[in-house]
Amino acid sequence: MILDGKVPSGPIETKWNTYKDHINLVAPANRRKHTVIVVGTGLAGASAAASLGELGYNVLALTILDSPRRSHSIAAQGGINGAKNYKNDGDSIYRLFYDTVKGGDYRAREGNVYRLAQVSVDIIDQCVAQGVPFAREYGGLLDNRSFGGAQVSRTFYARGATGQQLLLGAYSALMRQVDAGTVKVLPRREMLDLVMVGGRARGLLCRNLISGEYERYAADAVLLCTGGYGNAYYLSTNAGNCNVTAAWRCARRGAYFGNPSFAQIHPTCIPESGTHQSKLTLMSESLRNDGRVWVPRQTGDKRNASDIPESDRDYYLERRYPAFGNLVPRDVASRAAKAVCDEGRGVGATGRSVYLDFADAIKRLGEDVVRERYGNLFDMYQHISGENPYQAPMRIYPAIHYAMGGLWVDYNLMSNLEGLFVLGEANFSDHGANRLGASALMQGLGDGYFVIPYTLGNYIGGTRLEAVTTDHDAFKEAQDAVDKRIKGLLASKGGKSVKELHRSLGRVLWDRVGMARNRAGLQQALKEVTGLRGEYQKNVRVVGEGQTINKQLEYALRVDDYMEFADVLVRDALDREESCGCHFREEYQTEDGECQRNDAEYAYVAAWEFKGRDQEPALHKEPLEFKSAELKQRNYK
Amino acid sequence: MSTMTVKVRVWRQPSPDKEGRLVDYTVGNVVADMSFVEMLDVLNEQLVAAGEDTVAFDSDCREGICGSCGCVVNGVPHGPGTGKTACQLFMRAFTDGDTLVVEPFRAKAFPVLKDLCVDRGAFDRMIAAGGYISANTGAAPDGNQLLIGKEIAEKAFDAAACIGCGACVAACKNASAVLFVSAKVGQLSYLPQGQPERYRRVVRMVDQMQKEGFGACSNEGECEAVCPKEISTLHIQIMQRDYLRSVLRGA
Repeated sequence: MILDGKVPSGPIETKWNTYKDHINLVAPANRRKHTVIVVGTGLAGASAAASLGELGYNVLALTILDSPRRSHSIAAQGGINGAKNYKNDGDSIYRLFYDTVKGGDYRAREGNVYRLAQVSVDIIDQCVAQGVPFAREYGGLLDNRSFGGAQVSRTFYARGATGQQLLLGAYSALMRQVDAGTVKVLPRREMLDLVMVGGRARGLLCRNLISGEYERYAADAVLLCTGGYGNAYYLSTNAGNCNVTAAWRCARRGAYFGNPSFAQIHPTCIPESGTHQSKLTLMSESLRNDGRVWVPRQTGDKRNASDIPESDRDYYLERRYPAFGNLVPRDVASRAAKAVCDEGRGVGATGRSVYLDFADAIKRLGEDVVRERYGNLFDMYQHISGENPYQAPMRIYPAIHYAMGGLWVDYNLMSNLEGLFVLGEANFSDHGANRLGASALMQGLGDGYFVIPYTLGNYIGGTRLEAVTTDHDAFKEAQDAVDKRIKGLLASKGGKSVKELHRSLGRVLWDRVGMARNRAGLQQALKEVTGLRGEYQKNVRVVGEGQTINKQLEYALRVDDYMEFADVLVRDALDREESCGCHFREEYQTEDGECQRNDAEYAYVAAWEFKGRDQEPALHKEPLEFKSAELKQRNYK
Repeated sequence: MSTMTVKVRVWRQPSPDKEGRLVDYTVGNVVADMSFVEMLDVLNEQLVAAGEDTVAFDSDCREGICGSCGCVVNGVPHGPGTGKTACQLFMRAFTDGDTLVVEPFRAKAFPVLKDLCVDRGAFDRMIAAGGYISANTGAAPDGNQLLIGKEIAEKAFDAAACIGCGACVAACKNASAVLFVSAKVGQLSYLPQGQPERYRRVVRMVDQMQKEGFGACSNEGECEAVCPKEISTLHIQIMQRDYLRSVLRGA
């Protein structure tokens, strides 16, 4: 099936305003009659729930955590892009749009990206009004810094904790609506199924993570703001509770999964130190503003960094990409790091890391300025590694970080299931095959504050929604199925822990669907994933009981979903016989080892339809058109 | 890499209404680069292998920013060392054969849910009682219309860095939450955006704090000593001064 993204017609500059001028509206007095469920309270969910509450809708906001303030958006460090052009350096809405489409290697939808660039300026204003303590210059104006994939400074930041400050801003707006009685927050709840009535998303079933009870909620629309699926790879920079379950359960109900193989690998993470490792920690890309990436020129050079003279160092990013230098996009920087390590020039005990060196910056700016800019990141590095980055260079290596793929949505952010909207990282729409730094925060907040209040109103205002209550058979059917699944898992007393099997799955994905992919490896991965899925069913061991806090059971349900999801992730990588952004197929590369896209055959969004466990999914395509950003080979040289 | 073995004495409590007790475990193959919560993961894998219920503890980002984790290790919230959460406590802080006594954060306002998990919903309710600036989406002026000096922005950030973990409450003999409340009150009081609601906010938040069953401040500073973000007790003075002013003004 050919999918329609429903992008409004007309010039790209006026699409969004024209759209807003002609959509259906819901009158203020009627809004409270409509219940909306928001799943997830990160930047997208909290901003959506708060904004819809302000409008007067009756909002239920669910989070798996004990408070909305802890959602993983909080860990974003570097900043948020906004096309303000405060720096007078040539930025504009068009340029942010262009950089984002190009950065995504021409696999995002133009209409959505342009809208995102347009609302980016409003986001900054909104956050300032909420009291977000952005970095300021001495004169009191907002400060900016530069980020990868751009030649302007458009990134607003709050030290190295921008995500925290933006989330706390959205969270405070959310709690204000709790105070006002328009939003009810339901913490420690995990969505385990989507409830469809009459072909529309009309509610969900969740598990109360304290009591283990099932809870049913009916609504006029469901907004999924549940983040990305990086943890399918076992080790990632994601928080422990990030998972694919809510999205995958929607996929099982018929929502298409868009571009699942587009998983971003971030170049600057603290390298793995052993098998005990439960997560990898990101060091903000902003560090590449002042840090220089290098490895020894010769293979097998085991000298300490300080003993290696300049002449024996290879600043490989500056050498290969003189125009962008250390600030090339993430996919390019990650592959370059892998390449030098594969050549045997990696550093550290494992040889799987490269240096990120601040010696020049400290010499140029002084230690105090470096501390002011990156102090908390340096402290974090020191806590984790036990090494002092003011004295010796950091060691970094790429790690899974962000999911560009996600549930397919149209211009309204609505999935192919009517009434199911998907916001933020959970959808596929804005970043194509590679996300630029400081754009995730922008998208989460753009979707929540400035897009969904309009598109949701358009849906509710233009749809006759019959009353649905939680005693509808569809809720009972969902609850019975979830109960059966949970009882099955609790009865599983096999030989391997959930963690062991998850680690095995992650190893397959990282090795074969990571920074470099090829047909034979992907075919092998497909077999291995099928094998692991079978093993999981037969040999997993789940301890504890259902009617209490049981983190093993929560984990077991999530890994069960990764086992199914991994199949479509691998198939997507196999189907796309080209290289683009994060998706580097070794068969398709230019002479100097860069991505070789195939626009004639693959300029589409791959949207996968689940057909049943161990069944081949169906592929639907949304053709991508590039009218405002000309299709070109990316060049950061 | 050399490994060590530690003894872990953990608070096990099946549910809020049942009694809890300390249970002893031995965890081997611990390495220096392992975080404290990764050590608990190893313990839980042992328990899974033995078919026993695992130790329930909250943990999410594992990089010290979400505020999910938190327990008392050897009598200190988040364990030995300063300026870090339990997930940023590394086993290099301990030596082979050490005993780690691990308990939940204890306060009347933080009921234990299971083992090391506590209910910190009171923190959310205090924020809902005015810990915000009323600024509806879409109505904001240009961000640069408001000039905010660098020093003010930095001061507001210092207060805003609070991660809401609750260690301050657990460290205080009165189980007071003033450091948490004053961090939010302080952040918004320093900024020009926060002025219109300044006095209303402090009264409502402090009243809610008392309603939740947190104790009073007796100025001993244990909260600051254990705060992972090293939030200063100076904000408490701002809060108390603003509260007094509000009461005198009849806000």
